[in-house]
Amino acid sequence: MTPRAAVRVWIAQRASAAVLAVCVIIHLITIAYATRSGLTAAELLARTHGNVGWLVFYAVFVLAAAVHVPIGLRTIASEWLGWRGRSAAIAAHLLALALAALGLRAVWGVFA
Amino acid sequence: MSGDLRARNHSAWWAFLLHRLSGLALALFLPLHFWALGQALQGEAALDRLLAWTAQPLVKTAEWGLVVLLAAHFALGLRVLALEFLPWRNWHRTLLAAAAGVTIAVGLALALAL
Repeated sequence: MTPRAAVRVWIAQRASAAVLAVCVIIHLITIAYATRSGLTAAELLARTHGNVGWLVFYAVFVLAAAVHVPIGLRTIASEWLGWRGRSAAIAAHLLALALAALGLRAVWGVFA
Repeated sequence: MSGDLRARNHSAWWAFLLHRLSGLALALFLPLHFWALGQALQGEAALDRLLAWTAQPLVKTAEWGLVVLLAAHFALGLRVLALEFLPWRNWHRTLLAAAAGVTIAVGLALALAL
């Protein structure tokens, strides 16, 4: 990785972490609230169906995670497995796309 | 003094390891989580079948573990951001204690809710 690319990745990891920190607080509160009397699909969907606020929140959450997770895994792959270079970068980008697609699909699933 | 420094380095290493391992576990869980919620696309009944499966004690315990790992990764991540972005650095122990406190508090709160 060039120094410039390394700085970009570092910033992306910290910026996504800051977004995720806010999202995780809201997520943990929601989990505690939603599971207090058992979780049912009807209850869950009643909260999310057609709710644009939740749609935007979870879309931001998913996209921040899709940025954050591959960078973290790439660091682990580099330090613990010695997997670096172009193939690691491509794998990280593919993982980001896959997470974003799978996550946004789920978000749409509980919204639509 | 040197003993104090060694102990501090030691706890920082544990914080690093827990942050990394919790992140790894969450990364492995995330695709499953997305897939599960995506079941809503198949209709409410499909999602309910999955939620009924997650009501089993063992699965519930695993979920509780994941929530605690999320709290730990969150708190330890805030510690990293504080160490990197805030000027005064003579507070490693305080941040570690705060991270542990947040994790335990979330774990207990969720244990009551689940």
